[in-house]
Amino acid sequence: MYDLTIIGAGPAGITAAVYAARKKLNTLVITKNIGGQAALSGEVGNYTGYQFISGPELAKKFEEHLKSFNINLQEGVKTLSIEKTDNFKIKTEKKEFESKTVIIATGRTSRMLNIPGEKKFKNKGITYCATCDAPLFAGKDVAVIGGGNSALDAAIQLINIAKKVYLININDSFQGDEIRLEKVRNSDKVEILNSTETKEIIGHEFVKKIKVVKDSEEKILDVEGVFIEIGSTPSLIPVKAPDSELELNQYKEIVVNEHCETNIPGLFAAGDVTNIPEKQIIVAAGHGCIASLSAFGYLSKTK
Amino acid sequence: MANIKVYSTPTCPWCHALKDFLREKNVEFEDIDVSKDQEKAKEMIEKSGQMGVPQIEINGKIIVGFDKAAIEKELENV
Repeated sequence: MYDLTIIGAGPAGITAAVYAARKKLNTLVITKNIGGQAALSGEVGNYTGYQFISGPELAKKFEEHLKSFNINLQEGVKTLSIEKTDNFKIKTEKKEFESKTVIIATGRTSRMLNIPGEKKFKNKGITYCATCDAPLFAGKDVAVIGGGNSALDAAIQLINIAKKVYLININDSFQGDEIRLEKVRNSDKVEILNSTETKEIIGHEFVKKIKVVKDSEEKILDVEGVFIEIGSTPSLIPVKAPDSELELNQYKEIVVNEHCETNIPGLFAAGDVTNIPEKQIIVAAGHGCIASLSAFGYLSKTK
Repeated sequence: MANIKVYSTPTCPWCHALKDFLREKNVEFEDIDVSKDQEKAKEMIEKSGQMGVPQIEINGKIIVGFDKAAIEKELENV
Protein backbone atom coordinates (compact mmCIF):
# COMPACT_ATOMS: atom_id res chain seq x y z
CA MET A 1 0.00 0.00 0.00
CA TYR A 2 1.50 3.34 -1.03
CA ASP A 3 0.83 6.71 0.57
CA LEU A 4 0.75 8.38 -2.85
CA THR A 5 0.69 7.14 -6.44
CA ILE A 6 1.45 9.60 -9.22
CA ILE A 7 0.36 8.69 -12.75
CA GLY A 8 2.43 10.48 -15.40
CA ALA A 9 6.03 11.73 -15.29
CA GLY A 10 6.03 15.00 -17.15
CA PRO A 11 6.88 18.31 -15.39
CA ALA A 12 3.79 18.07 -13.12
CA GLY A 13 4.21 14.40 -12.17
CA ILE A 14 7.96 14.63 -11.59
CA THR A 15 7.68 17.78 -9.46
CA ALA A 16 4.90 16.15 -7.42
CA ALA A 17 7.15 13.11 -6.90
CA VAL A 18 10.11 15.27 -5.78
CA TYR A 19 7.95 17.04 -3.18
CA ALA A 20 6.47 13.74 -2.01
CA ALA A 21 9.93 12.17 -1.67
CA ARG A 22 11.15 15.12 0.35
CA LYS A 23 8.13 14.70 2.64
CA LYS A 24 9.18 11.05 3.01
CA LEU A 25 5.90 9.78 1.57
CA ASN A 26 5.94 6.18 0.35
CA THR A 27 5.55 7.15 -3.31
CA LEU A 28 4.91 5.21 -6.52
CA VAL A 29 5.19 6.77 -9.99
CA ILE A 30 3.59 4.99 -12.97
CA THR A 31 4.24 6.40 -16.42
CA LYS A 32 4.36 5.40 -20.10
CA ASN A 33 7.39 7.66 -20.63
CA ILE A 34 9.42 10.29 -18.80
CA GLY A 35 9.42 13.96 -19.78
CA GLY A 36 5.92 14.35 -21.09
CA GLN A 37 5.24 16.98 -23.75
CA ALA A 38 8.14 19.09 -22.46
CA ALA A 39 10.50 16.48 -23.88
CA LEU A 40 8.99 17.09 -27.30
CA SER A 41 9.28 20.85 -27.56
CA GLY A 42 12.10 22.12 -29.70
CA GLU A 43 13.28 25.23 -27.95
CA VAL A 44 12.22 26.26 -24.47
CA GLY A 45 13.00 29.92 -23.82
CA ASN A 46 10.49 30.55 -21.06
CA TYR A 47 11.45 28.16 -18.25
CA THR A 48 12.92 30.70 -15.80
CA GLY A 49 16.60 30.13 -15.11
CA TYR A 50 17.31 28.67 -18.55
CA GLN A 51 17.44 31.37 -21.22
CA PHE A 52 17.62 28.69 -23.83
CA ILE A 53 17.33 24.93 -23.39
CA SER A 54 15.90 22.29 -25.68
CA GLY A 55 12.87 20.29 -24.59
CA PRO A 56 14.79 17.00 -24.40
CA GLU A 57 17.59 18.60 -22.32
CA LEU A 58 15.10 20.13 -19.85
CA ALA A 59 13.23 16.81 -19.62
CA LYS A 60 16.56 15.07 -18.91
CA LYS A 61 17.15 17.44 -15.96
CA PHE A 62 13.65 16.69 -14.63
CA GLU A 63 14.39 12.96 -14.97
CA GLU A 64 17.73 13.21 -13.16
CA HIS A 65 16.05 15.08 -10.29
CA LEU A 66 13.37 12.38 -10.05
CA LYS A 67 15.91 9.55 -10.12
CA SER A 68 17.98 11.16 -7.34
CA PHE A 69 15.31 9.87 -4.94
CA ASN A 70 14.57 6.19 -4.40
CA ILE A 71 10.98 6.32 -5.59
CA ASN A 72 9.35 3.21 -7.03
CA LEU A 73 9.26 4.17 -10.72
CA GLN A 74 7.18 2.02 -13.07
CA GLU A 75 8.34 3.29 -16.49
CA GLY A 76 6.81 2.15 -19.80
CA VAL A 77 3.69 1.06 -17.95
CA LYS A 78 0.21 2.04 -19.07
CA THR A 79 -2.43 2.71 -16.40
CA LEU A 80 -5.76 1.14 -17.34
CA SER A 81 -8.07 2.37 -14.57
CA ILE A 82 -8.33 3.83 -11.07
CA GLU A 83 -10.96 2.53 -8.70
CA LYS A 84 -11.81 4.10 -5.36
CA THR A 85 -12.99 1.76 -2.62
CA ASP A 86 -11.85 2.96 0.81
CA ASN A 87 -8.40 3.45 -0.75
CA PHE A 88 -7.47 3.45 -4.45
CA LYS A 89 -6.84 0.43 -6.68
CA ILE A 90 -4.72 1.28 -9.73
CA LYS A 91 -4.85 -1.29 -12.55
CA THR A 92 -2.01 -1.46 -15.06
CA GLU A 93 -1.40 -3.99 -17.84
CA LYS A 94 0.76 -6.18 -15.65
CA LYS A 95 -0.01 -5.46 -12.02
CA GLU A 96 -2.41 -3.83 -9.62
CA PHE A 97 -1.33 -1.30 -6.99
CA GLU A 98 -3.04 0.07 -3.90
CA SER A 99 -2.62 3.63 -2.68
CA LYS A 100 -4.13 5.98 -0.12
CA THR A 101 -4.00 8.97 -2.50
CA VAL A 102 -3.52 9.41 -6.23
CA ILE A 103 -2.36 12.32 -8.39
CA ILE A 104 -3.32 12.16 -12.08
CA ALA A 105 -0.67 14.05 -14.07
CA THR A 106 -1.05 12.44 -17.48
CA GLY A 107 -0.92 15.62 -19.52
CA ARG A 108 -2.27 15.74 -23.04
CA THR A 109 -1.90 13.80 -26.30
CA SER A 110 -1.55 15.22 -29.82
CA ARG A 111 -4.82 15.66 -31.62
CA MET A 112 -5.29 13.94 -34.96
CA LEU A 113 -6.74 15.58 -38.12
CA ASN A 114 -8.97 12.55 -38.79
CA ILE A 115 -8.69 12.92 -42.55
CA PRO A 116 -8.22 10.25 -45.26
CA GLY A 117 -4.64 8.96 -45.43
CA GLU A 118 -3.71 10.06 -41.92
CA LYS A 119 -3.68 6.60 -40.36
CA LYS A 120 -2.25 4.89 -43.45
CA PHE A 121 0.80 7.15 -43.67
CA LYS A 122 1.63 7.45 -39.97
CA ASN A 123 5.41 7.03 -39.72
CA LYS A 124 5.49 6.95 -43.50
CA GLY A 125 5.87 10.69 -43.89
CA ILE A 126 3.42 11.79 -41.21
CA THR A 127 4.79 12.64 -37.79
CA TYR A 128 3.49 14.33 -34.66
CA CYS A 129 6.99 15.02 -33.29
CA ALA A 130 9.08 17.55 -35.19
CA THR A 131 11.78 17.39 -32.51
CA CYS A 132 12.25 13.69 -33.19
CA ASP A 133 11.72 13.30 -36.91
CA ALA A 134 12.55 16.67 -38.53
CA PRO A 135 16.10 15.53 -39.45
CA LEU A 136 14.66 12.70 -41.57
CA PHE A 137 13.27 15.28 -44.01
CA ALA A 138 16.55 16.99 -44.84
CA GLY A 139 16.34 18.69 -48.24
CA LYS A 140 12.70 17.73 -48.75
CA ASP A 141 9.48 19.71 -49.17
CA VAL A 142 7.27 19.37 -46.10
CA ALA A 143 4.01 20.69 -44.68
CA VAL A 144 3.35 21.77 -41.10
CA ILE A 145 -0.33 21.82 -40.15
CA GLY A 146 -1.46 24.04 -37.29
CA GLY A 147 -1.50 27.62 -35.99
CA GLY A 148 -0.28 27.49 -32.38
CA ASN A 149 3.13 27.42 -30.75
CA SER A 150 3.84 23.77 -31.48
CA ALA A 151 3.18 24.35 -35.21
CA LEU A 152 5.42 27.45 -35.25
CA ASP A 153 8.05 25.54 -33.23
CA ALA A 154 7.97 22.71 -35.80
CA ALA A 155 8.26 25.17 -38.72
CA ILE A 156 11.25 26.88 -37.07
CA GLN A 157 13.04 23.58 -36.58
CA LEU A 158 12.41 22.67 -40.21
CA ILE A 159 13.71 25.97 -41.64
CA ASN A 160 17.33 24.80 -41.59
CA ILE A 161 16.53 21.18 -42.45
CA ALA A 162 13.86 21.01 -45.14
CA LYS A 163 14.04 22.48 -48.64
CA LYS A 164 10.59 24.14 -48.37
CA VAL A 165 7.98 24.38 -45.59
CA TYR A 166 4.29 24.95 -46.24
CA LEU A 167 2.72 26.22 -42.98
CA ILE A 168 -0.99 25.43 -43.28
CA ASN A 169 -3.29 27.14 -40.80
CA ILE A 170 -7.04 26.66 -40.89
CA ASN A 171 -7.64 30.07 -39.25
CA ASP A 172 -6.90 33.47 -40.77
CA SER A 173 -4.32 34.28 -38.07
CA PHE A 174 -1.90 32.46 -35.75
CA GLN A 175 -2.38 31.89 -32.03
CA GLY A 176 1.33 31.25 -31.36
CA ASP A 177 3.81 33.69 -29.83
CA GLU A 178 4.76 36.75 -31.88
CA ILE A 179 8.47 35.97 -31.32
CA ARG A 180 8.07 32.63 -33.10
CA LEU A 181 5.79 34.05 -35.80
CA GLU A 182 8.46 36.61 -36.71
CA LYS A 183 11.09 33.88 -37.20
CA VAL A 184 8.70 32.03 -39.51
CA ARG A 185 7.70 35.13 -41.49
CA ASN A 186 11.35 36.19 -41.95
CA SER A 187 12.29 32.88 -43.56
CA ASP A 188 12.01 32.70 -47.35
CA LYS A 189 11.76 28.91 -47.02
CA VAL A 190 8.34 29.05 -45.38
CA GLU A 191 5.15 29.64 -47.36
CA ILE A 192 2.23 30.50 -45.07
CA LEU A 193 -1.25 29.39 -46.18
CA ASN A 194 -3.89 30.84 -43.84
CA SER A 195 -7.64 29.99 -43.86
CA THR A 196 -6.63 26.75 -45.54
CA GLU A 197 -7.98 23.33 -44.60
CA THR A 198 -6.08 20.09 -45.16
CA LYS A 199 -8.42 17.55 -46.70
CA GLU A 200 -6.40 14.47 -47.62
CA ILE A 201 -2.92 12.98 -47.44
CA ILE A 202 -1.95 11.09 -50.58
CA GLY A 203 0.88 8.75 -51.45
CA HIS A 204 1.87 5.22 -52.38
CA GLU A 205 4.07 3.65 -49.76
CA PHE A 206 5.12 7.05 -48.43
CA VAL A 207 3.51 10.50 -48.45
CA LYS A 208 3.73 12.23 -51.84
CA LYS A 209 1.10 14.99 -51.77
CA ILE A 210 -1.59 16.67 -49.72
CA LYS A 211 -4.89 18.14 -50.84
CA VAL A 212 -5.76 21.52 -49.28
CA VAL A 213 -8.75 23.82 -49.76
CA LYS A 214 -8.98 27.61 -49.49
CA ASP A 215 -12.30 29.43 -50.20
CA SER A 216 -13.56 26.15 -51.80
CA GLU A 217 -10.59 26.18 -54.20
CA GLU A 218 -8.65 22.92 -54.09
CA LYS A 219 -4.88 22.76 -54.35
CA ILE A 220 -2.42 19.84 -54.42
CA LEU A 221 0.95 20.35 -52.74
CA ASP A 222 3.85 17.98 -53.41
CA VAL A 223 5.33 17.18 -50.00
CA GLU A 224 7.16 14.18 -48.55
CA GLY A 225 6.61 15.08 -44.90
CA VAL A 226 3.51 16.17 -42.98
CA PHE A 227 3.97 17.52 -39.43
CA ILE A 228 0.60 17.56 -37.67
CA GLU A 229 0.61 20.10 -34.82
CA ILE A 230 -3.02 20.99 -34.22
CA GLY A 231 -3.16 21.02 -30.48
CA SER A 232 -3.90 18.26 -28.04
CA THR A 233 -6.56 16.63 -25.90
CA PRO A 234 -6.37 15.66 -22.21
CA SER A 235 -5.02 12.12 -21.62
CA LEU A 236 -7.74 10.70 -19.40
CA ILE A 237 -7.82 7.45 -17.43
CA PRO A 238 -11.14 5.78 -16.48
CA VAL A 239 -11.94 6.53 -12.82
CA LYS A 240 -14.55 4.54 -10.86
CA ALA A 241 -15.71 5.85 -7.50
CA PRO A 242 -18.74 4.89 -5.38
CA ASP A 243 -21.74 7.06 -6.37
CA SER A 244 -19.65 9.81 -8.03
CA GLU A 245 -18.11 10.51 -11.41
CA LEU A 246 -14.84 12.38 -11.92
CA GLU A 247 -15.86 15.94 -12.82
CA LEU A 248 -14.60 17.17 -16.21
CA ASN A 249 -15.18 20.51 -17.95
CA GLN A 250 -16.47 20.95 -21.50
CA TYR A 251 -12.94 20.43 -22.88
CA LYS A 252 -12.81 17.06 -21.03
CA GLU A 253 -10.18 18.46 -18.65
CA ILE A 254 -10.20 17.27 -15.02
CA VAL A 255 -11.75 20.00 -12.85
CA VAL A 256 -9.57 20.83 -9.82
CA ASN A 257 -9.75 23.61 -7.22
CA GLU A 258 -6.81 25.74 -6.13
CA HIS A 259 -5.56 22.81 -3.99
CA CYS A 260 -5.56 20.50 -7.03
CA GLU A 261 -8.39 18.49 -5.43
CA THR A 262 -10.83 16.76 -7.78
CA ASN A 263 -14.43 16.15 -6.72
CA ILE A 264 -13.35 12.72 -5.42
CA PRO A 265 -11.69 12.87 -1.96
CA GLY A 266 -8.08 11.62 -2.02
CA LEU A 267 -7.87 11.98 -5.81
CA PHE A 268 -5.82 14.94 -7.06
CA ALA A 269 -4.78 16.08 -10.51
CA ALA A 270 -2.09 18.42 -11.80
CA GLY A 271 -0.75 19.95 -14.98
CA ASP A 272 -2.12 20.02 -18.52
CA VAL A 273 -4.72 17.28 -17.96
CA THR A 274 -6.59 19.66 -15.60
CA ASN A 275 -8.59 22.83 -16.15
CA ILE A 276 -5.50 24.90 -15.29
CA PRO A 277 -5.79 27.96 -17.52
CA GLU A 278 -2.24 28.05 -18.87
CA LYS A 279 -0.63 24.93 -20.34
CA GLN A 280 3.04 25.76 -19.78
CA ILE A 281 5.93 23.63 -18.51
CA ILE A 282 6.66 25.96 -15.62
CA VAL A 283 3.00 26.17 -14.60
CA ALA A 284 2.57 22.40 -14.72
CA ALA A 285 5.63 21.99 -12.48
CA GLY A 286 4.18 24.41 -9.91
CA HIS A 287 0.83 22.68 -10.14
CA GLY A 288 2.51 19.32 -9.40
CA CYS A 289 3.95 20.86 -6.26
CA ILE A 290 0.52 22.02 -5.07
CA ALA A 291 -1.04 18.63 -5.73
CA SER A 292 1.74 16.86 -3.80
CA LEU A 293 1.46 19.13 -0.76
CA SER A 294 -2.33 18.79 -0.82
CA ALA A 295 -2.01 15.00 -0.88
CA PHE A 296 0.40 15.25 2.06
CA GLY A 297 -2.12 17.39 3.96
CA TYR A 298 -4.92 14.93 3.19
CA LEU A 299 -2.81 12.01 4.43
CA SER A 300 -1.88 13.71 7.70
CA LYS A 301 -5.58 14.48 8.38
CA THR A 302 -6.83 10.99 7.59
CA LYS A 303 -4.10 8.95 9.42
CA MET B 1 27.69 -11.04 -30.12
CA ALA B 2 24.28 -9.95 -31.34
CA ASN B 3 24.26 -7.36 -34.05
CA ILE B 4 22.17 -4.52 -32.60
CA LYS B 5 21.76 -1.21 -34.43
CA VAL B 6 19.99 1.88 -33.13
CA TYR B 7 18.92 4.50 -35.69
CA SER B 8 18.30 7.86 -33.98
CA THR B 9 18.51 11.64 -34.22
CA PRO B 10 20.21 13.84 -31.58
CA THR B 11 17.06 15.84 -30.80
CA CYS B 12 14.74 12.87 -30.26
CA PRO B 13 13.91 12.29 -26.58
CA TRP B 14 12.70 8.72 -27.08
CA CYS B 15 16.02 7.98 -28.85
CA HIS B 16 17.91 9.11 -25.70
CA ALA B 17 15.58 7.03 -23.52
CA LEU B 18 16.13 3.93 -25.70
CA LYS B 19 19.92 4.28 -25.66
CA ASP B 20 19.97 4.94 -21.89
CA PHE B 21 17.82 1.84 -21.45
CA LEU B 22 20.31 -0.29 -23.45
CA ARG B 23 23.29 1.18 -21.56
CA GLU B 24 21.63 0.44 -18.20
CA LYS B 25 21.33 -3.20 -19.32
CA ASN B 26 24.89 -2.88 -20.73
CA VAL B 27 23.81 -4.04 -24.14
CA GLU B 28 26.29 -3.07 -26.86
CA PHE B 29 24.86 -1.45 -29.97
CA GLU B 30 25.87 0.50 -33.08
CA ASP B 31 24.70 4.10 -32.61
CA ILE B 32 23.67 5.50 -36.03
CA ASP B 33 22.75 9.20 -36.32
CA VAL B 34 20.44 9.38 -39.32
CA SER B 35 20.37 13.17 -39.22
CA LYS B 36 24.04 13.20 -40.29
CA ASP B 37 24.17 10.06 -42.39
CA GLN B 38 21.61 10.25 -45.24
CA GLU B 39 22.70 6.85 -46.56
CA LYS B 40 21.91 5.20 -43.24
CA ALA B 41 18.60 7.10 -43.12
CA LYS B 42 17.67 5.54 -46.49
CA GLU B 43 18.84 2.13 -45.23
CA MET B 44 16.62 2.42 -42.14
CA ILE B 45 13.58 3.45 -44.18
CA GLU B 46 14.08 0.69 -46.74
CA LYS B 47 14.47 -1.95 -44.04
CA SER B 48 11.48 -0.99 -41.94
CA GLY B 49 9.33 0.89 -44.44
CA GLN B 50 8.90 3.53 -41.73
CA MET B 51 10.14 7.10 -41.47
CA GLY B 52 10.30 7.68 -37.74
CA VAL B 53 12.92 7.40 -35.02
CA PRO B 54 14.07 5.66 -32.93
CA GLN B 55 14.34 2.33 -34.70
CA ILE B 56 16.24 -0.61 -33.29
CA GLU B 57 17.38 -3.68 -35.20
CA ILE B 58 18.00 -6.85 -33.17
CA ASN B 59 19.02 -9.97 -35.11
CA GLY B 60 17.44 -8.58 -38.26
CA LYS B 61 14.12 -7.69 -36.60
CA ILE B 62 13.20 -3.97 -36.60
CA ILE B 63 11.20 -2.31 -33.81
CA VAL B 64 10.02 1.25 -34.43
CA GLY B 65 9.68 3.57 -31.43
CA PHE B 66 10.80 3.02 -27.83
CA ASP B 67 8.59 -0.03 -27.24
CA LYS B 68 10.24 -1.32 -24.08
CA ALA B 69 8.26 -4.56 -23.84
CA ALA B 70 8.96 -5.59 -27.44
CA ILE B 71 12.65 -4.72 -27.11
CA GLU B 72 13.03 -6.64 -23.85
CA LYS B 73 11.41 -9.69 -25.45
CA GLU B 74 13.74 -9.52 -28.47
CA LEU B 75 16.80 -9.12 -26.23
CA GLU B 76 15.89 -12.28 -24.32
CA ASN B 77 16.53 -14.55 -27.25
CA VAL B 78 19.77 -12.81 -28.21
